[in-house]
Amino acid sequence: MTLVKTKIGRRAFIRNTGLAGGGLVLGFNWLASCKMTPEQVNSMPKEWFELNGFLKIGDNGLVTIMSPNPEIGQNVKTAMPMIVAEELDVAWKDVIVEQAPLNTDIFTRQLAGGSQSIRQGWEGLRMAGATARQMLKEAAAQAWEVPVGEITTSEGVLTHNASGKSAGYGEIASAAAGIEVPEEVELKEQKEFKIIGTDRMNVDGTKIVTGKPLYGLDIQREGMLIAMIVHPPAFGMKLKDMDAESVKSMPGIKDVFPIVVYPEDAEKQWSDGGAIAELAVVVGNSTWECMQAKKALQVQWEEDSKPESTAYHDEALTELLNTAPKEAARKDGDVEAAFKTAAKIVESTYSAPFLAHNTMEPMNFFAHVTSEKAELLGPIQTPEFLEMTLVSVLGMPKEQIDIHMTRMGGGFGRRLYGTFAVEAAVISQKMGAPIKLVYTREDDMTQGTYRPSYKVRYKAGLDENGNLIAWHVRGAGTNDDLIFENRFPAGAVDNYLAEKHSLQTNVTTGAWRAPRSNFIAGAEQAFMDEVAEAAGKDPIEFRLELFDRAISNPVGNPEQNDYDPERYAGVLKLVKEKSNWTNGTSGKSRGVSAYYCHNSYVAQVLDLTMNGDAPNVDKVWCAVDCGIVINPLSAKNQIEGGIVDGIGHATYSAMSFKDGVPEQSNFDSYRLIRNMEAPKEIETFFVDNGIDPTGLGEPSLPPISGALANAMYKATGRRFYKQPFISDKPPLVG
Amino acid sequence: MATFTLNINGKTQEVDVDPSTPILWVLRDNLKLVGTKYGCGIAQCGACTIHLNGTATRSCMLPISSVGNQEITTIEGLSENGDHPVQKAWLEVDVPQCGYCQAGQIMTASALLEQNPNPTDEEIEMVMNGNICRCGTYVRIRKAVKMASKS
Ligand code: FES
Ligand code: FES
Repeated sequence: MTLVKTKIGRRAFIRNTGLAGGGLVLGFNWLASCKMTPEQVNSMPKEWFELNGFLKIGDNGLVTIMSPNPEIGQNVKTAMPMIVAEELDVAWKDVIVEQAPLNTDIFTRQLAGGSQSIRQGWEGLRMAGATARQMLKEAAAQAWEVPVGEITTSEGVLTHNASGKSAGYGEIASAAAGIEVPEEVELKEQKEFKIIGTDRMNVDGTKIVTGKPLYGLDIQREGMLIAMIVHPPAFGMKLKDMDAESVKSMPGIKDVFPIVVYPEDAEKQWSDGGAIAELAVVVGNSTWECMQAKKALQVQWEEDSKPESTAYHDEALTELLNTAPKEAARKDGDVEAAFKTAAKIVESTYSAPFLAHNTMEPMNFFAHVTSEKAELLGPIQTPEFLEMTLVSVLGMPKEQIDIHMTRMGGGFGRRLYGTFAVEAAVISQKMGAPIKLVYTREDDMTQGTYRPSYKVRYKAGLDENGNLIAWHVRGAGTNDDLIFENRFPAGAVDNYLAEKHSLQTNVTTGAWRAPRSNFIAGAEQAFMDEVAEAAGKDPIEFRLELFDRAISNPVGNPEQNDYDPERYAGVLKLVKEKSNWTNGTSGKSRGVSAYYCHNSYVAQVLDLTMNGDAPNVDKVWCAVDCGIVINPLSAKNQIEGGIVDGIGHATYSAMSFKDGVPEQSNFDSYRLIRNMEAPKEIETFFVDNGIDPTGLGEPSLPPISGALANAMYKATGRRFYKQPFISDKPPLVG
Repeated sequence: MATFTLNINGKTQEVDVDPSTPILWVLRDNLKLVGTKYGCGIAQCGACTIHLNGTATRSCMLPISSVGNQEITTIEGLSENGDHPVQKAWLEVDVPQCGYCQAGQIMTASALLEQNPNPTDEEIEMVMNGNICRCGTYVRIRKAVKMASKS
């Protein structure tokens, strides 16, 4: 045990003791309350005692733990409560998990993004469990009139050995709720963990496999209407006029109108990126009826800015690659001079298209806005920012706005931009009725907020011994400048130059799982392979030499480098050993890749055989350093998902535009990886180093396209510079 | 609008909808059976998979007028207590990430095993190829189907 001051998240504990003191806390949220079995109802406590904002304990010892952050499939709804339960010292089987609503008084950073939930939640979650445990001990000490230091806990039971007294948490909870929040608490040592580091099934697993309502799209309410929108058919267009009257009489249709979602003076947040100011709206009784009216609706659009095509983006990005920006993002030594003396020079350009997020659950949101209150419920990664926008758009104080998060059918960054929730709110306000806004797949895929398209050019110089003496990277992206100038190999090369450009476009873009890293990692790691080959060195040894350099004699200020070379080299060495790199697998072509982003380190080896033009991935070995692993079962799931996702998008997916019109609008034109194309096997290995945990939602995706390209080169003798590697139309299924 | 009598999860249900309405929306909007998911509406993703007389079928392009009294099974009716071998295997392997596609995956897998209790790895991949999982849980899906086939 380590004694720690309870400062982190203390707000949550202090504020709530005022409310606590043994009061009955009722109210499961709507999703959790749907149809409990009789056994579940019987085992429910008669009273709940709230010890702090994160947890309440029932009189029978059951514990409800609030999961503060939005759940998008990254499994924080299981992992975050595991951390609280660990420090509370309860048995996991006695824990019920609830999704917390947005509550900025209690929780900090209720956001799903940047793989930060676990990393930034870690201390606060531990404190929440540990303070409650301490309060239970204090209450027991008072009741038994023994020193608190002599009381121990285990799996929800308090014990005083000397007197032989013991009690379950449920029996003491009422008294504990009245105890003052301790100034200091004891935290467990890693070796004392009983829950953290063990496999725990998804807390929503049973509901998922039995089809219970969990998602925004599943929301049903008395009197609820369905709303659908029609957005401009092309980027650069805006609403001019519409013929609402002719569809108003269609069956089931309640109203059809244009709506200004964001008035000119609206105070927008970054989460309103991709917002479309004015839309056509159809409101009706059912989804199918709204879909029919939406199809029939005639809308006139007018040009707002010049429509752009993919060919234009390509040319403009290439032009930027041919232009030196005024200022370098980072410059060490003198690359030009070094290139002059280099024995060998390698130069290549890599590119990738726009991508849609394509969460399987399309955008949607429930809103019920009245003059007194706004109630919002649905899938949102940034509830706090949504609330700020709603204050401005609805003209309502924060106190009157309630935001609840549902489990989300995928996020990948798309639901950071909650414009759809704002749309739902203003439509409900206008209708004076509860509505559920539903996007069709086509609405969803053509709305924008895409992963930007990118191009990057690398140039490397080697001396006669195959040492890397110069590295020049110049990158450009649409609305995004692509380059992380302080990432590897910065700090490992004497002469280093990083330059970046951003091309302003009217095709809207946003964060997409592992922003920028999702492309630059694969490009950099494929180029690294070319350079290692030119140097006549093994690709892993070549990288390790560079890390040695960054460890022993870093170039520039090592503080500036955005990575720890020892941890980086660590995952490479681990994957080298696990994949039996030196000997390989007979008949297979293999590639390696490693990357650091979102505070975690990943190295991968990939084996494949080619099936015509298509890669058949036989196996991926993946070594990961994310510090302490909370839940290995689902941590591996994240790693596997990121690998499949990364292979899929690099190989098959693209969004393209003709005169501002998206050329893909559904899965018959936009290709996503399918079961047969996924690796046959993925094996994950975690570095066990006891370092505080970092996130896993993103880090396994970025490097895999590099390992794939490198293995495809081995198999075909061709380098793959342009994503998607295979640009066939999707196969039709079903 | 017209009245239709449907046989869903062993129960007779009456609904009054336009004859063109796909079963997906009848289930979700009219009968509040929301376990069957909408993903694409054009029979490409498999999220809306149900069993029609035991065969895995995309409900998003299946108009109610074409169904008659054929037996419909949805994820809610796959088993009484959520203990169908496929559901059990899905939990044990801990397949879901976001979970949204999984009802469709389970309906496809359970229909496959009904017709072919011991599919080969290739057969599993081939049949499951119709169901997209954006979260990329394919490796676990195969493993869970395999596990269920053995039970
Ligand atoms: S919703 Fe029916 S196949 Fe996609
Ligand atoms: S689990 Fe998210 S789409 Fe399959």
